[in-house]
Amino acid sequence: MPTRREMMIGGAAIAAASLLDAPGVLADNQIEAAIRQRTGGAAVHSGRVTLGIPQIAENGLAVFTTVEVESPMTAGEHVKAIHLLSEKNPIPHITTFWLGPRAGRARVSTNIRLAASQKVVALAEMNDGSFWADEKSIVVTIAACIDGG
Amino acid sequence: MALAPARIAMPAEARKGDIIEIKALIRHPMETGYRADARGQSIPRDIIESFVVTYAGVEVFRMELNPGISANPYVVFSTVATETGELVFTWTDQKGAATVERKQITVTG
Repeated sequence: MPTRREMMIGGAAIAAASLLDAPGVLADNQIEAAIRQRTGGAAVHSGRVTLGIPQIAENGLAVFTTVEVESPMTAGEHVKAIHLLSEKNPIPHITTFWLGPRAGRARVSTNIRLAASQKVVALAEMNDGSFWADEKSIVVTIAACIDGG
Repeated sequence: MALAPARIAMPAEARKGDIIEIKALIRHPMETGYRADARGQSIPRDIIESFVVTYAGVEVFRMELNPGISANPYVVFSTVATETGELVFTWTDQKGAATVERKQITVTG
């Protein structure tokens, strides 16, 4: 016989899993749609982009996030834009950084809000028209948007 | 609400060709429009939508902001020291109100 405590933990886990699953179906569409909107359906390659974000964020109101892209950042070969996209925020588009050869290197950081535990995608757009991306899953203990600032 | 002051951290001097790191912070609530106050009234959206940096008159960096950016937007980026001149930092909110900061850089070599 499971103890009362085990039952409660099990129940909570099931409740949490079903809460996560249901929006997940929509969320995949949200993030994929946001990517498609920027790529126009072009292939997105993995590699070159490194999304630096904590695996666990205690505070979803401010999650320090860094994106670095391997690029010589010359006039002939550089990163044009870096998009940060969210799977479960009310608005999937978090931010876009517009860069060019004058940046010298393709590395940017900022603080972002995350409304739930979710996947975050960094999508880089090169001057040759190719797209590269990295994605990370992050667990958020205190979510942003609803209660906090 | 009028836009409050901003802060920029960057070197005042650099050698020509150096990549310099710039940190920019502005005090702003970045109110999402999704929150309610204590009486249940919706708090209207109030966000900074863009941050643009020019160096000696030429745009070198631009950021598009949405409510997914935290309050008091903070950004770290870089630029190549090309010439002695002024960097101008402009944050613009959704109503078009702008806050402008200026920094001088002396480039040697």
